[in-house]
Amino acid sequence: MTATDNTNGANGHGLDAGPGGGAATALSPENAEMIKLTRKDFVSDQEVRWCPGCGDYSILAQTQKVMPDFGYPKENIVFISGIGCSGRLPYYMNTYGFHTIHGRAPTLATGLKAARPDLMVWVITGDGDALSIGGNHVLHSMRRNVDLKMIMFNNRIYGLTKGQASPTSEFGKRTKSTPVGTVDTPIVPLTIALAAEASFVARSVDTHTEHLQQTFNRAGFHKGSAFVEVLQNCNIFNDGAWRDFTDREVREDRMLVLEHGKPMIFGKDRDKGIRLRGLHPEVVTLGEDGVTEADLLVHDEQSEEPYLALMLSRMFWPDFPVPVGVLRAVPRPTHDQLIEDQLTAAVASGGEGDLEKALFSGETWTVE
Amino acid sequence: MTTETRPADHEIRDLERVTIRFAGDSGDGMQLTGTQFTRTAAVFGNDISTLPDFPAEIRAPAGSLPGVSGFQISFSSSDIHTPGDAPDVLVAMNPAALKTNVGDLPAGGALIVNSDAFTPQNLNKAAYASNPLTDGSLKPYTVFEIPISTLNERSLDGLDMTSKQKDLTKNFFALGIMFWLYERSMDPTLAWIDDKFGKRPVVAEANKRALKAGYAFGETTEIFHTHYRVAPARLGPGTYRNITGNEATALGFLAASKLAGRQLFYGSYPITPASDILHQLSGYKNFGIKTFQAEDEIAAIGAAIGASYGGAMGLTASSGPGIALKSEALGLAVMVELPLVVVDVQRAGPSTGMPTKTEQADLLQVLFGRNSDSPVPVVAPATPAECFTMAIEAWRIALKYVTPVVYLSDAFLATGAEPWRIPELSELPEIGVENWTDRATFQPYDRDPETLARKWAVPGTPGLEHRVGGLEKADITGNVSYDPDNHHRMQLLRQEKVARIANDIPDLEVHGPPSGDLLVLGWGSTYGAIRSAVERLQADGRSVAHAHLRHLNPFPRNLGEVLTSFRRVLVPEVNLGQLLMLIRARYLVDAVGYDKVRGKPFRIAEIEEEALRLLGESARS
Ligand SMILES: Cc1ncc(C[n+]2csc(CCOP(=O)(O)OP(=O)(O)O)c2C)c(N)n1
Ligand code: SF4
Ligand SMILES: [Mg+2]
Repeated sequence: MTATDNTNGANGHGLDAGPGGGAATALSPENAEMIKLTRKDFVSDQEVRWCPGCGDYSILAQTQKVMPDFGYPKENIVFISGIGCSGRLPYYMNTYGFHTIHGRAPTLATGLKAARPDLMVWVITGDGDALSIGGNHVLHSMRRNVDLKMIMFNNRIYGLTKGQASPTSEFGKRTKSTPVGTVDTPIVPLTIALAAEASFVARSVDTHTEHLQQTFNRAGFHKGSAFVEVLQNCNIFNDGAWRDFTDREVREDRMLVLEHGKPMIFGKDRDKGIRLRGLHPEVVTLGEDGVTEADLLVHDEQSEEPYLALMLSRMFWPDFPVPVGVLRAVPRPTHDQLIEDQLTAAVASGGEGDLEKALFSGETWTVE
Repeated sequence: MTTETRPADHEIRDLERVTIRFAGDSGDGMQLTGTQFTRTAAVFGNDISTLPDFPAEIRAPAGSLPGVSGFQISFSSSDIHTPGDAPDVLVAMNPAALKTNVGDLPAGGALIVNSDAFTPQNLNKAAYASNPLTDGSLKPYTVFEIPISTLNERSLDGLDMTSKQKDLTKNFFALGIMFWLYERSMDPTLAWIDDKFGKRPVVAEANKRALKAGYAFGETTEIFHTHYRVAPARLGPGTYRNITGNEATALGFLAASKLAGRQLFYGSYPITPASDILHQLSGYKNFGIKTFQAEDEIAAIGAAIGASYGGAMGLTASSGPGIALKSEALGLAVMVELPLVVVDVQRAGPSTGMPTKTEQADLLQVLFGRNSDSPVPVVAPATPAECFTMAIEAWRIALKYVTPVVYLSDAFLATGAEPWRIPELSELPEIGVENWTDRATFQPYDRDPETLARKWAVPGTPGLEHRVGGLEKADITGNVSYDPDNHHRMQLLRQEKVARIANDIPDLEVHGPPSGDLLVLGWGSTYGAIRSAVERLQADGRSVAHAHLRHLNPFPRNLGEVLTSFRRVLVPEVNLGQLLMLIRARYLVDAVGYDKVRGKPFRIAEIEEEALRLLGESARS
């Protein structure tokens, strides 16, 4: 066997998990400039096998496009997925990849990131994978602020198992498993992420390629848990699930593109806005009834408490334009950093662990 | 009973071995009392073996039968293997403790009772129709009625404490009596009290006074005519400490991490009786050990696999119910072929079963409780101290063969204690593996021709970017494959990889004649009872041997030969015949089982009797 001894690196205890160190590993545009990777570097040699016309193709393409932005060499990027059509994505990325089991990708990502803080970890999941079987893990990875970027493909259906209702399917929806309509109330992924204390929460759309890239770029540069819901079309089992407001002709009137520090204005003619009335948002028209820009809500993705983000997460077509963009982005110590800090503090106060001392600790006696 | 001021004259008698059981309400501190006696006996140099036996309820109603907590310790001047079949002395702190334990006390045994606790109310809670102290039912025993609560409270006169608080120290009074009775020094416990309650001087003072008052009570009254001496055991030379199985397991993993030069990542969700491993490992932060209390057992193993994927030593532990939850992820680890150790500290089941009671009934679960053929090596320590060695052995296999390994402990091993000769670092084995870094020769599912371990490359290694996952992999390239012949080949490869470990583990040792009338075959925590029973039979001139498996998958290479060298094979197990089924199926031997699933370890006599029965049977046939 040829193998080199490579045990330097990631934590300062001489007991390393992996290579680490070496080339530029930090998240930075300067490194990106230095490493100069392109989209092509991130395309693997595997044939892509989604149904023709599936929204997943675009999500993959935008993912490959933004990867060079971050300044990580590709060997330091890992894609971890669960099970579902979305789960195939890691095979198509020329990075390290792990296609795990249904719903559990966040758990592997949590362990990997804790052991190897030097890696950039992406989690790829679906609406069933993340919110049904894996709901618990989404909650806990977010509350811990594990430094992972979770991309949830929301097609409001179980694609891989051929068309059953998912936790985001609308109430009453008829599917293969619910021939006369589901009796389950759907949940809102962004509300769930916010309730779980996610430090970065955003939404984008498979077909809005530029916006999708921008959103992935923001998520990638966020330190901590990033939750991105991508509204994705499954043209085989739930075609047109989002069409009512995402189609080119209507999207400007039916979606609200969030920008930090900017008033919430939307519409082809940029004449509509969101105003707060009591505790509720309402749609108003600029210039009507004396409404001016000054009356509109101003987006603040950084506010300490997530009231505004929560309110935005509840707004949906047809009552409201559907918000896309970054709802929330706040700094918070990451899980892996907090773990490292405790190890460092333990060494600072008690010195490096001494195995012999540990074995001989407690009351001992000697037999001659 | 008189309380004199001068020490009474007491006879001293030498004994080889004594077994004491402390029993009381779970609020009475019986585990602490037992542990203190154990430490003292161990430091004195006795061989010891313990059996804590506590209820799952943290505080069942005071005085009730389900609330009884017990701790048995056997200490000896010779080598012993079990906590004793039956106590010589039973300390019962209340009627419920008497009722649930007196049945185990042989006729003539000593019974020390806290007579203050025998109130009508407590008798009622223990469902006694009449007071056993007066109705003659305790006639077979030598009964010492001591008003422990009253005497103890008197000894704490003047301390700024409520009666209730004072009563909480009465277990130290009882301990003091036992220290006197067996000529033990109070010093280790006095030091422990100072250490533990140093910040609460009144509490420290009360516990110390209680202990000393109990001791003085033994010394100055004439209630006991004799006290006893159990000389130190002639253990081999070396430095010893007293250790439980869970402590030894955690230390073994710590050592394995150091030996392999890799970070240990421990993911776990609390469950009795495995939680103490988490508690202990979380104290080793200055060794670079990372511990993670997950949201459930699935997350715990998922995180451990993620850590292993990153090049760390991913470790997870649970008990049966949690192992059931981990099974899908364990199958993933089999498929992606990463090093991982899964600890199962078995307890009585099925389902929640009896969470604090022992059983060894998860063997088939860990071998076969996954979808498809999913081979995993399994190791099992036989004694609390051996947990250390076997924890390192689990990692030796996991790293060398790049495979998940199951480590089977149980509640008896986990909480029981014995003296452990601490090894020098130089005695520990070399373990470890290097990650693949060479671009020219890398294929994710290319294997070492000898061990069949796949080439393990970790993220961060330039040029070796590749994808793994639960879908079937093509041999060598590791690409997703649905090819029928490839799947067949991969199933065989996974099986063969585990099977070949047999070339790399010690042969099964036979204690006794290499062939003969009867082989008693065991695994796990039945070791002590089997070994003691077999030694008794051997001393009686019987042709009996003992063999104990530490590797349950694969089996040692000579197992078949050993089995066929004896006319009969007896397999005692704390399950309904799991190893028995495996060896009958594998070796076509007509072995017979002896199963007891009472949540308690075997008694020596039970195995001895069963062995004799079998010997008699074969003598007749
Ligand atoms: C333990 C387990 N249960 C069930 C399945 C079957 N299964 C595979 S994918 C899936 C649903 C996936 O839905 P979603 O997450 O929405 O992904 P999509 O296919 O729509 O992208 C199910 C139920 C499985 N693979 N594993
Ligand atoms: S089933 Fe739907 S989600 Fe899955 S690949 Fe086909 S179109 Fe895409
Ligand atoms: Mg879906």
